[in-house]
Amino acid sequence: MKAAQGHLNDVIRFSAVDGPGNRFVVFLQGCNYNCIACHNPYTINECDSCGQCVEPCPEMALFYDGHNQVTVDDDLCTNCDICIQVCPTDSTPLSKMVRLENLVRQIDEVSPFLSGITVSGGEPTLQADFVASLFCSIKCSDKLSRLTTFVDSNGSASREVWDRLLPVMDGAMIDLKALDPDTHVAMTGEHNGPVLDTIRYLAEWQRLYEVRLLMVPGRNDSPAVVERTARWLYDVDPSMRIKLIGFRRHGVRPQFADIPEVDPAHLEELAKIVRSVGIKDLVLV
Amino acid sequence: MSMEEFRARAREIVNDATLTFHQRRHYLAWLAENALEYPELSKEAAEALNKQIICDLFEGSAPYRARYILPDYARALHNGSTHLELDPPTDLDEALSFLLIMYTQVPSITGYPVYLGDFDKILAPYVDKVDDETLYRNLRLFWIALDRILPDAFVHTNLGPHDSRISRTIFRIERELLQVVPNISLKVDPEVTPDDLILDAVLTVIATGKPHFVNHPLMVRDLGEEYAAVSCYNSLKIGGGSHTLNRLNLKEVALLHQGDIDSFIEETLPHYVELNAELIEARIRYLVEEAKFFEHDFLAAEGLIQLDRFSAMYGIYGLAEAVDILMEGADKQGRYGHDDEANELSYEITRKVADLVASRPMPYCAGNNGRAFLHSQSGIDSDLEVTAGTRIPIGEEPEMFAHIKAVAPHHDLFQAGVSDIFHVEDTVRRNPSAMVDIIRGAFVEGMRDFTFNLATNGFIRITGYLVRKCDVEQFDEMGARHGSTTFAAGSVKNSHVTDRNVKRVLSRESSPRAPQ
Ligand code: SF4
Ligand code: SF4
Repeated sequence: MKAAQGHLNDVIRFSAVDGPGNRFVVFLQGCNYNCIACHNPYTINECDSCGQCVEPCPEMALFYDGHNQVTVDDDLCTNCDICIQVCPTDSTPLSKMVRLENLVRQIDEVSPFLSGITVSGGEPTLQADFVASLFCSIKCSDKLSRLTTFVDSNGSASREVWDRLLPVMDGAMIDLKALDPDTHVAMTGEHNGPVLDTIRYLAEWQRLYEVRLLMVPGRNDSPAVVERTARWLYDVDPSMRIKLIGFRRHGVRPQFADIPEVDPAHLEELAKIVRSVGIKDLVLV
Repeated sequence: MSMEEFRARAREIVNDATLTFHQRRHYLAWLAENALEYPELSKEAAEALNKQIICDLFEGSAPYRARYILPDYARALHNGSTHLELDPPTDLDEALSFLLIMYTQVPSITGYPVYLGDFDKILAPYVDKVDDETLYRNLRLFWIALDRILPDAFVHTNLGPHDSRISRTIFRIERELLQVVPNISLKVDPEVTPDDLILDAVLTVIATGKPHFVNHPLMVRDLGEEYAAVSCYNSLKIGGGSHTLNRLNLKEVALLHQGDIDSFIEETLPHYVELNAELIEARIRYLVEEAKFFEHDFLAAEGLIQLDRFSAMYGIYGLAEAVDILMEGADKQGRYGHDDEANELSYEITRKVADLVASRPMPYCAGNNGRAFLHSQSGIDSDLEVTAGTRIPIGEEPEMFAHIKAVAPHHDLFQAGVSDIFHVEDTVRRNPSAMVDIIRGAFVEGMRDFTFNLATNGFIRITGYLVRKCDVEQFDEMGARHGSTTFAAGSVKNSHVTDRNVKRVLSRESSPRAPQ
């Protein structure tokens, strides 16, 4: 199904951290997980126009439009993020619907500088039709078809969803929060069955660019757990690229702000363990 | 200057414990030159020079050597040199030793050669039978010799656009030695230069802050195949060079202007553009007609430079301030680099200057059809509160794409070079191919010169030349091995140098005056 518009949080025109080369990154609004370590919680939910951010906005940039929706006046907004901090819903009044042509035009303008585009979020597969339409537009354009198309996902999507993306998607970065089902539920609010299935499925199709393991102290960073996880991933695909990321507090919601950051020496230790099971392509962040 | 004053200054230099023997001799020569009368200028031009609205970069009162000289080293190696009593080299050892000898004999404004040759090309005839390990060893020793014998951050070499074993070996050596000298530019031709070579260069920037990247097809369009970027963003013809570089301070011109933007473009600007042109002409005439540089220098006698491949460089700087001043005068908010209207005004100004310079005949400038080359001048250490060339002021740069979009339209006009420096986040260390994408994009966008640096390597870029951070940090206690550090520390701290230690390396182009 073709989708002419998507619910956009924001874009970044140049990113060196969202896949190979320089990439245009599209952040879509809305996520089905509620991760304790989420760095951009304002992308989780849809705005319900409760209006609690209208008053605190120092620029008076927020107002109710004709449809009783909280809306921003872009000319007044200074991106101070106060609205995001006061929102009780983990949302933002700044996200908006974006038309496909409009987004493609923005990518077109920057395209000489890019290796490709990455759709992130939020959880982009929740808007799989829009993502597929976007990738289609890229792949069908003479000028843009050289760009690679990547998805940065929590891996919760079903095979049917991936089947829609696979014909136009070059790669995916998948987060694996925990191999152990209970830990996964504790960290994200959801079961990890679909994530493990996604990893297997994308690896089979050779579209798994990397698996990201976010190390959160006291939750999923014990040597034994990391070794089991690395072994499981190695069994799926020995040439798997793994990115080991130490938890950082930046952007995390106040109720989770007491989680300690990862000690770099400990991360090095864990990296050794991952390598010891045979993984060669390992990146530390 | 009175004789008494002259003697006092000479005495100061002779007794200055912070200077090496060579540095003292250099400044004594500078002092003597400046005791002579300046080439004749109109009253207006002399006054503008005095007030530093136009500026000769302290080149000296009686030019007796061209500012930038690009000897044709390939020709020298091929023919040998009668003056130097050297036969044409027959192997790599002989070629490297030939070059080291020749470098000591190349005149320039700084006393050190600003151009060492395109090593991948001039050494190519000698490396076929040399294995990788020998090539590495020989070039490594040569590289150390360059840094120690030619201690100036403006000594420059070029590589590319074709891939070569020589370029690869040089990048490897660069990453190992982490030296300030030589400065390097990589010529990039999107059709010819492989990603992999650009990536190798990017990895070298990440380690050392070098090389710069130049848009080869654009350079060839303006200068022909035989060109090089020398000193620091100065692109000129090989076998030629630039007699002089004088620059117009657009900020001062805007401050002096009374009236609207149109009258700035049509009256005030042309008036001062001509005063700087007059300065250039007077200096060229002195060099060629009075000092007769081209009649006595062995490079000219042996055909290693040719007067008809020379021109002069017409520099401008302070564009950012000029635009903001004019915008304010017109009661407009927009600032250069951030506002479409301000950017449009900046293009209008540089186009106007380019038109004026292109229609102003200049003697002995056959290297550019009898005209000066336009150049966006990247500053010297005494520049305060005025932005280099056509750059966006440091700290005010918009995000990279908007930055490139704003400055790229200027690049087309500056045949003799333009510098915009991009400060890049550390994340590219893990994804250096992102920089390859950006460099390619910048050239599609029409940029001529592209330089980036990371906050976290051991080097600081001041106006285009490099100093080592550790040297700047240790500067107060210990002084530095590289003199460029002294001036960088000066630039960084925006203050005068009070240090009492001897520096090995100078950065004479950015700090051209004798210490006072
Ligand atoms: S962004 Fe949050 S606080 Fe503002 S109206 Fe929407 S839900 Fe309410
Ligand atoms: S970021 Fe939010 S609070 Fe800040 S100016 Fe914009 S709308 Fe107002």
